[in-house]
Amino acid sequence: MIDVNRQGEVWVFAEQEDGVLHDVSLELCGKARELAGILRVPVAAVLPGANVRNLASRLIQLGADKVYLVDDPRLAHYQTLSYARVLTTLVDKHRPQIALFGATAIGRDLAPRVASTLRAGLTADCTDLQIADVTDPRDKKLHEKLLLQIRPAFGGNIIATIVNYDQWPQMATVREGVMSMLDPDLARPVQIVEEKIEIDQAELAIQLIQQHVEPRKVNLKGARVIVAGGGGVGSKADFRLIHELAGVIGGAVGASRAAVDSGFIGKEHQVGQTGTTVRPALYIAAGISGAVQHRAGMEESAKIIAINRDPQAPIFSVAHYGIVGDLKKVIPMMIKSLKERHGAC
Amino acid sequence: MPYDSIVCVKQVPDTANITAEAMKADGTVNRAALPAIFNPEDLNAVEAALDLRDRFGGTVTVITMGPPKAAEILRDCLGRGADRAILITDRRAAASDTLATGYILSQAIRTIGRYDVVFCGRQAIDGDTAQVGPQCAEKLEIPQITYLENLEALQGRTIRVKRNTGHGWEIVEGPLPVMITVVGTANQPRPCAAKRVTRWKKARVPAELPGEVKAAMPAASDAEVQAEVQRRTEVLQQRGLLLEQWDLDKIGADLQRCGLAGSPTKVYRVQSIVLTKEGYSEIPASEEGVRKLIQELVVDRTLG
Ligand SMILES: Cc1cc2nc3c(=O)[nH]c(=O)nc-3n(C[C@H](O)[C@H](O)[C@H](O)COP(=O)(O)OP(=O)(O)OC[C@H]3O[C@@H](n4cnc5c(N)ncnc54)[C@H](O)[C@@H]3O)c2cc1C
Repeated sequence: MIDVNRQGEVWVFAEQEDGVLHDVSLELCGKARELAGILRVPVAAVLPGANVRNLASRLIQLGADKVYLVDDPRLAHYQTLSYARVLTTLVDKHRPQIALFGATAIGRDLAPRVASTLRAGLTADCTDLQIADVTDPRDKKLHEKLLLQIRPAFGGNIIATIVNYDQWPQMATVREGVMSMLDPDLARPVQIVEEKIEIDQAELAIQLIQQHVEPRKVNLKGARVIVAGGGGVGSKADFRLIHELAGVIGGAVGASRAAVDSGFIGKEHQVGQTGTTVRPALYIAAGISGAVQHRAGMEESAKIIAINRDPQAPIFSVAHYGIVGDLKKVIPMMIKSLKERHGAC
Repeated sequence: MPYDSIVCVKQVPDTANITAEAMKADGTVNRAALPAIFNPEDLNAVEAALDLRDRFGGTVTVITMGPPKAAEILRDCLGRGADRAILITDRRAAASDTLATGYILSQAIRTIGRYDVVFCGRQAIDGDTAQVGPQCAEKLEIPQITYLENLEALQGRTIRVKRNTGHGWEIVEGPLPVMITVVGTANQPRPCAAKRVTRWKKARVPAELPGEVKAAMPAASDAEVQAEVQRRTEVLQQRGLLLEQWDLDKIGADLQRCGLAGSPTKVYRVQSIVLTKEGYSEIPASEEGVRKLIQELVVDRTLG
């Protein structure tokens, strides 16, 4: 653990696999920029890997002031212990006040290991980060400009705000897509600080033998989010809107039988009694009346958004959120809003 | 070649079924009003350990940290076939965050001594942090393999594991001892065996006894309660049904690293976001309405 260090930088772990930066790291560069602006300190990205120097400029364009580059062939594949050694060594050396990680499979493997070695606090899966003055209710001591680590807990039923008064760095993981990426600023000067880290052979003990990355394929049953269009979409050309919304959300495309029968989309996309039964985390029904045969295939979805211009449409009876209006106006608004979150790139 | 496993398990409030009654007026969750369940992925961890023992021989020891009531899940583990079960319970461990919990579990594991593999569930549903396993491994100074989907091979001191990376899988290999966290899709936990359940139903940790005796003898004096607790303790001991109960002294824990004192993260504020309203919320068909809706879906983790 390091002591409170008000001059400390705001750090982002720059996660890359096979030379490709993870979006969440880029999103975090933008968030770190905002936090560092309030704290009046620089933003630094920590980039371990092999032959990854070329990734530094992108991190800078999206918000970092400098990149600590640890380029070492032994870091070609992510391994918990070697990467943790890099992070803990650099934290001890540079004493950042905040260190942010993506809440990815790698980030959630690495950050707790690092926090434990440093004996620092770590909050998982934050959905928001803010800077604020906080008075400790126990001893009434005022702590200026702490990182508020805001996250859902208890299965998403409560929102908790977590702080770390004095066992710094203040560490958090953040889910992908929660923070929006900045517009790239190509004019920012690229500052790379090369670091050499001693890595013990024992820290390379867990060897990667084989790897398989799933291609993203359309799979209604397995989809977390489904955007479904119905007869109300009106034409095959306008069904593009459904595909586009599914694209920006990263969801699959579904349809009612009326949409299938009208030839807007293939039968394999049909949801309902004679189609596929789905229960995604989010189901968006656009221009679907909500006939019982359709509802039978989707009403178990965790969250349902209905978009229909008829306020009496039965689909609203199973919806959690209802938007009464023309889908041709509402869907473009959703696409725009989602794209703004992801940042233009 | 036999292997000894230790499994860390946790009793959690059933967050998947939070009802309006479980919310307090101030918007916080009333844990007491929620049914306590075996953390789902910890059952997968127990199954992975039992499966390893079935294939290679050895032992399975289960540990949990929690209040006396958490002994319920230890009985469950014994019913499924665990060889040994230990409750770590101590008021001074209350309010431990993941760092302190990882430390306390590591001290308990060091106290047990011999082990080849430590299993944990990937994460517990009350916090979803997935941090305790890796933090415990760090304290034990052993490597970790997270998100086990399948134990591919175990030969001598080398283990090969298929990990679920969320967007595919990878196979990794490393030396023992190792900490492994297990995902829910890894296996189908075996049911409890009726014979073992009957055998272990009456097992107790010492801390459960005073409450039970008081409930059974409401009019008894303190001295009478004490005598009855003593009597029951002896009976349980004779029948091999007194479960092990350890406190922080027993595991040699540094108190500065336990409980509130050992927890760098502090809960500053808690707000409820339970929607109990019937029907749907109407979103205006405007840019502002849509933007707010998407923000809400991101915050409650439906999107992103
Ligand atoms: C045996 C049997 C099995 C069936 N199985 C299935 C099944 O598996 N799946 C299935 O889906 N159906 C099934 N059906 C058909 C079902 O009964 C309905 O006919 C069908 O679901 C209607 O599809 P729809 O709601 O998309 O179209 P419509 O009934 O044409 O409804 C269109 C909706 O869009 C709205 N709308 C129109 N324009 C707009 C706009 N610009 N903006 C917003 N909203 C607009 C309208 O208000 C209306 O509510 C089955 C029927 C039978 C008899």
